[in-house]
Formats: sequence, C-alpha cells, structure tokens
Amino acid sequence: MTGYALRRLGGALVVLFLLTVAVYALFYVAPGDPAKLACGPRCNPGQIQQVRERLELDAPLLTQYLHFLQGLVAGRDFSSGTAVLHCDAPCLGLSYQSGTPVTELLGDRLPVTASLALGAMVLWLLLGVGTGLLSALRRGGTTERVLTGLTLVGTATPVFITGLLLLMVFCAYLRWLPFPSYVPLSEDPEQWAWNLLLPWTALALLESAKYARLTRASTLETLAEDHIRTFRAYGVRERSVVTRHALRGALPPVIALTALDLGTMFGGAMLTETLFGLPGIGQLLVHSVRVIDLPVVVGVVLGTGAAVVVAGVVADILYALADRRVALT
Amino acid sequence: MTSADASRAAADLLVEVRDLSVTFHAGGDGGSAVQAVDGLSFTLAPGRALGIVGESGSGKSTVAAALLDLHRGTGARVGGTVRVAGTDVRAADERELRRLRGGRAAMVFQDPLSSLDPYYAIGDQIAEVHRVHRPDVSRRAARARAVEVLERVGIADAPRRARSRPHEFSGGMRQRALLAMALACEPRLLIADEPTTALDVTVQAQILDLLHDLRAETGMGLLLVTHDLGVVAGSVDEVLVMRGGRAVEHGAVGEVLRTPREPYTKELLAAVPRVDAEPAVRGARGTRGADGVLLEAVGLRREFGGRRNRTTAVDEVSLTVREGETVGLVGESGSGKTTLGRMLVRLLDPTAGTLRYRGQDIGALGDRELRPIRSELQMVFQDPVSSLNPRRSIGESVADPLRAAGGRDDARVVRRACELLERVGLDPAWYHRYPHEFSGGQRQRVGIARALAPGPRLLVCDEPVSALDVTTQAQIMELLGELRRDLGLSLVFIAHDLAVVRAVSDRVAVMRGGRIVEEGPTGEVYGRPTHPYTKGLLAAVPVLDPEVSADRRALRATA
Repeated sequence: MTGYALRRLGGALVVLFLLTVAVYALFYVAPGDPAKLACGPRCNPGQIQQVRERLELDAPLLTQYLHFLQGLVAGRDFSSGTAVLHCDAPCLGLSYQSGTPVTELLGDRLPVTASLALGAMVLWLLLGVGTGLLSALRRGGTTERVLTGLTLVGTATPVFITGLLLLMVFCAYLRWLPFPSYVPLSEDPEQWAWNLLLPWTALALLESAKYARLTRASTLETLAEDHIRTFRAYGVRERSVVTRHALRGALPPVIALTALDLGTMFGGAMLTETLFGLPGIGQLLVHSVRVIDLPVVVGVVLGTGAAVVVAGVVADILYALADRRVALT
Repeated sequence: MTSADASRAAADLLVEVRDLSVTFHAGGDGGSAVQAVDGLSFTLAPGRALGIVGESGSGKSTVAAALLDLHRGTGARVGGTVRVAGTDVRAADERELRRLRGGRAAMVFQDPLSSLDPYYAIGDQIAEVHRVHRPDVSRRAARARAVEVLERVGIADAPRRARSRPHEFSGGMRQRALLAMALACEPRLLIADEPTTALDVTVQAQILDLLHDLRAETGMGLLLVTHDLGVVAGSVDEVLVMRGGRAVEHGAVGEVLRTPREPYTKELLAAVPRVDAEPAVRGARGTRGADGVLLEAVGLRREFGGRRNRTTAVDEVSLTVREGETVGLVGESGSGKTTLGRMLVRLLDPTAGTLRYRGQDIGALGDRELRPIRSELQMVFQDPVSSLNPRRSIGESVADPLRAAGGRDDARVVRRACELLERVGLDPAWYHRYPHEFSGGQRQRVGIARALAPGPRLLVCDEPVSALDVTTQAQIMELLGELRRDLGLSLVFIAHDLAVVRAVSDRVAVMRGGRIVEEGPTGEVYGRPTHPYTKGLLAAVPVLDPEVSADRRALRATA
C-alpha cells in the first residue's frame, strides 16, 4: 500500500507541473497589464516601468517561469530596490498587489477554508447518510418520496439562493444568529461555531443530496445481497441487519466520495465564502483574478490542484481500507 | 387413531408441510403470477434426512425458504400450513420466528462466498448469530464458541482463522464456515440449499462427509435441496422429486433411484451422465482412427501478473488434437484448463511454447496473419447468459462473425444465420428475439451456432453444459456429437464434471496445477487410472447407488 501511495503521488507531481505550465500560459494571453494594475490608477508611465522591472515583468516569459520553478524548489530572493526579501521554498512568489509572499497569504486563509469544509462535511454526512438510509428502508413509501423530493430541491438550488434565504430568515428576520463574520477557533470556539453555522448549512444542503442518493443506492444494493439473507435466516433483528450489515456494506463509496469532495473544497468554496464574507481561499482567488495578481492565482490553483490530487489518492486508500477485498496495485 | 394421538404424532414430527403453495407476482399488481409451489405436502421425522431434487424452476429452493418463512414481507403469496420443530411458521409472530430461524432450524446456502458478510471476520459473524439465540452468553464466550465450531468443521488453526474475512477462505472452507454457523446454535433441523453446487468434486465429497458426520453426532434432521441426484444418493433417507412446483415421486432413496415409478424420474435418472459406465449419449464419440494431426501444442506455458506476484496458470503443457477427434480436458477450478483452452484458439497469447495448426506455427503470428486461421478455431463459452450480448438479437449475434469474416451481401448473411439457427435446433423465425427470452439450453444453442458461423475445424468448448440441468445437458451433448459427426469437427471439451467428459471424449487429459498429470484414451484413464490424483477425483464423484455411496464414504474415512 505504501508503494502504491508513493507511485500515485509521483504521478500527482507530474500533473501539478503541467498545471503550472497551463496557468502561466493562460495568464499571459489574458488582457490587461499587471504592472499598471499593481501600481494603481495614479501612476505615470515611468512609475509603471519601475514596477515592471521590480516584478521582472519585462523578462521573457520562459525566464519568469523558470524563476518561479526555482523558487518552488529552492526558494528565491526578491529585491525591491533597497531591501532584499528572501522567500523560502516552496516559494510561490510575491503578490503583485501587496508584496507579501503567496504562501503566507494561503497560510492565513487556510484555517478559514478548512473550518468551513470540515464543519460542512460533518453536517452533510449526517444529513446525507441519514436521509439516504431512511429512504432505503422506507422504499416505495411516502417518506421516501418526500425525502427524494427534498434532496432534489437541495441539489437544484444554487448555494447563493439557499445562503441568501438562510441569511434573510435567521439573521435578518428571526435574528437568531449573527451575520457571519469569521472568528478563529483558537480565539473563541463558541463564536467560531455560531458564525459558521449558516455557511455550513448552506454547503451541506447542497452536498447532502448527492450523499443521500449514493447512500440510498448502495444500501439497497447491499440489502439485495445474499449475506443479508443469511443473517435474516438466522433470526438476526432487522434493525441489526440494516445498521450492522447493510450500512457497513454501503459505506466504502461514501467514504471515498467524502475524501474527494473535501479535497475539492480545500481549494475554497468560492460562492459560499464570497456570499458569507468569509476570508477563505476561495475569496482570495476571486479577488486575485479580478486584479490579475498572477502569483496568487497560480498559487491558489496549484494548491487546489494538489489538494484534489492528494484527495484522489487518499480516497483510493480509504476505500481499500474500508473494503479489504480491494487490492491496490 | 384419536385426535389426541394424531396431534401428538404431529407434534413429534420435525417438519410437517401441508398443501403448501407459493405464488410470486412479477411486475407488481398488473404483472403475471408465477406459481412456484403448488399444493406440496411432506413430513420429516426428527433425525431423518429428506432430499428434495428437481431441475431449475421446479420450486425446490422456494420450499426450503418457506420452512423459515423467508418469503414473509417479499410480496409472495403463501398458502397451506408449515410446522417446523413445533412452531406453526406461518402463524408465528416476529419474535417466535426469529427464535426458530437459526435456533431450531438453521439454513446453509448455495454460494458460500456471497452468503457471508465480506466486511466482518468469520468468527465474529458466527458469534453474532450465536448471541442472537443465547443472549445470556458474553461476547467473549460467543467468540470461543465460534472457534469451537470452526474447529469441529475442520478449519485448521481455528483460533487464528476465526479472525479472517470470507475472501481469505477458499470455497470449501467458506462452506465449512457456514456449516459451523449453523452448528453454533445446535439446531434440530438443518436446511441445506444446494450446499455443494459451487464446489469442486473432491471438496464436495469432503463437505458431504462432514455433513454426514455432524448428523451422526448431533442427531439433527436434514433437508437437502439439490439438482444433483448423486449428491442425494449418499446423504439422505428419503427423496422427493419435484417438477413445476408439485411432488412427482416420494419414497426411500434406494427405491426411487433404483426402481423409479414415475416416467419423469426415469427420464431424469437416464439423463445423468455416468462416470462408471459406457456413455449413454449416442453419437457423441466419433470413430477412431482419424490420425491427421490438426492442432499440436508443445511445451505451452502461460504466466499472469507482474514481476512480483507472477503465477503460472499453464506450465509446459503438450497436447495433440487429431482431425475429427474429441479431447476432454478435466480438472478442478484453478487447474488451468480454461487458460489452456483459450490459448489453443489464440484468444490468449502463450508466454512460451509452440502451437502448430496443420503444421503451421501459429503461436507467434500477428493479428493480421492470424485472421484467416481465426475462423477455423472457434470457442463455445460456459455461461450462455453473459457470453451473448443482451442488446443484440440472437440472429444478429450469429450473423456478426459472418460479417466480420467479410460477408458483404446482407441477405446472404441473414440466410446463412437462419440456416445455422436451424442446424442447432432453433426456429429461424426467432432471429429477431433477444437472449433473455430464451432458456439456458436454448441460449447455449445460440452460442454454438455463433461458433459454427465462421466454418471452424476445431471447436473449443469451455464448460458448455455446466450451467444447465441434466436433461438439457444431455440434449446439448447430443447436439455437439451430431455436429461433430456431420461436419467432421474436432472438439476440445473442457469440463470439471468427469462423467460429462467421459460421455463425449475419445481421449482425456487430466489437469492439475497447470500441468497435465495423466492423458490417454477415455476408457483407459477412467477404467485404469494410474495417477493418484485421477484416482482421487474418480473416487470423489457421487454415485447414484446409496449402498455404493456408503461404501465409498467408509473408504474415504479410512484413507
């Protein structure tokens, strides 16, 4: 299994390398002058030229790219005319806008995104696996039809609609919850949870529909298997048959999908973060794209890519751990 | 007899089934109803063994399930009364039923792989079932009981193996584990539904012997459901022959098998291929003396897997097939017979060795050079369900190889396909029907017609009849014999069933662990086997005579 993981991660490095090439190439065909944008609206051509030289934007594309790669592997120095700023490996460059290293920016934002993703995951698993299991057991009945309808509504409604509705009802009308603003977990766990409750719910409602359907389908599949018949024929209670045997058989695909979804979400839930004003990675990306802050965009895309690829490997390994009949080769 | 006597007699019975009927409704309320069991009555005294035999669709498994009312909640309509170990099964509430299931009557199912939960250790599953019936037993004691019963059914190193999951057990070990699960609760009745059908013949003999010993030890009654008359012969006291949901014949096992009264029973017995007699199927074997060599394999070898986990499926096998000859390949699962068969028609590439067809080395030919020879080497597959494309009509399935061979004139291709369908005994008017509309035997006929389409010289048949009932099996073997005689085909006949191979083959090769351990004319190999493995195989084949069967069991016990 270790060998398998190493091989997969090796493949992941190749994917990430190709990703840097693609992102770099894309941004150089995009319109707009980064130097002008970095300098601000009141700059004269001379100042813009200075900025361009400082940011190495006048160097050929290939040179810039190679410097970027060098920074990633070994770190690099940036001179701002008077002082020299060292950026440790893995260095993703400096933001054109603020001059801060991109890794630092990402590091600041990661706790926000992680809080959002992990909390939402707990909610969507409870909601999704719960409704999925219930609709599998009440197959063909009214309960199932209602649950299926609700999950359909959940998937079909975009997060900015659900989110806005939640905000209006719970913050503006009922005033049960504060308008969300991020409070770090280390500062005040209670406030952290209260403030994140709505974003979690909005995300979970969207995601849980998928999990409900998956759980329902794979529980029904397991219930039709021969070993379920064995335990029924040996007088095991229907409740134990379902919770101990059917649900256990239904879990491996759910676990694998969770790992994949978490990976994607670490790249930032752009809509949710923007809507609820959470300073996460998704919000950072949206902002950087708007001002063409190339190093930040490359950094975020690379980080997201890494998270997704690693999540894929983790999903496979978790699946194999959950179902020992699967051999990883 | 007074009514009190009658009720006492009824209470003494282990199983009492009166006028049982089971109806399944296909496709909801408006769908058609299938009467699986129709007015069946029988009884079983404590400690006795009853065999229910019949072909697929006779309703025998439905009866077994009805004894534990496993039909409850499935939508099937059940009529009549069923009493098992003093419980009126159909009137019992959930609690009573749960106490009966496993506690007083335990069931062992056909497929031991899918009958155990793949996610839990085998010992834990047995312990769970044990605790259902003995809630006062602690978890630890239940585990100990699981190890004890696993030991009893012959699992070596039971304390350690109890922690294994089902996929780490072989087929025979899994069936032993299921028997252990049944044993754990000390039931008075064991219901075994095709307990050995998925197993190799030597493993089957071991499981049947174990079943016999367990009954002698615990005094439990047995209801054995099987399609195999040979299995019944050595294991039960009485036989009930079923057909279309009704009892055809019911009597002592010796009488029914030796002097059957009903025509259907006679028919069934006549269709069973015998391993100890000259073949009953006429025309199956060709005339000897054809000596032109058609296909010759020398030192054929096939490996699978990567560098680290390499397995050799076929190991230095040499085999000759002459014109018009049938060569039988027998062996147990994993012996490499299918791999060898596929290499003979170049569906698989040999790792080493040479393969000569009419003197030409075809072992290393590329796809393009092989194309003209491909049509002369064809294959018939085991599973007629999965080897036909369900989305293509049977006529199209037969026409496909004709088109692949370059048939451009569509009217002619269709005409030829119809001829082939007729040749294998199917109505050409069924050209546009789909595989699911046909029975297993008919589908296998389609498979044979498709293999005949390119005009082959050699047909490799890989377990062509093992998925079929005995009467259908006999018909397909008859057809193969006819085709071979009329078309002068050579056959390589692969099967795990020694009797089937004997009935059709001129020469037989016995395979084990990727090698041929014995080869020779059929009569010699079966009559005077020299290799101990062949002898063991032949001794394990169930025979139809209960007395001979008992003698053989005694022999196996002393060996």
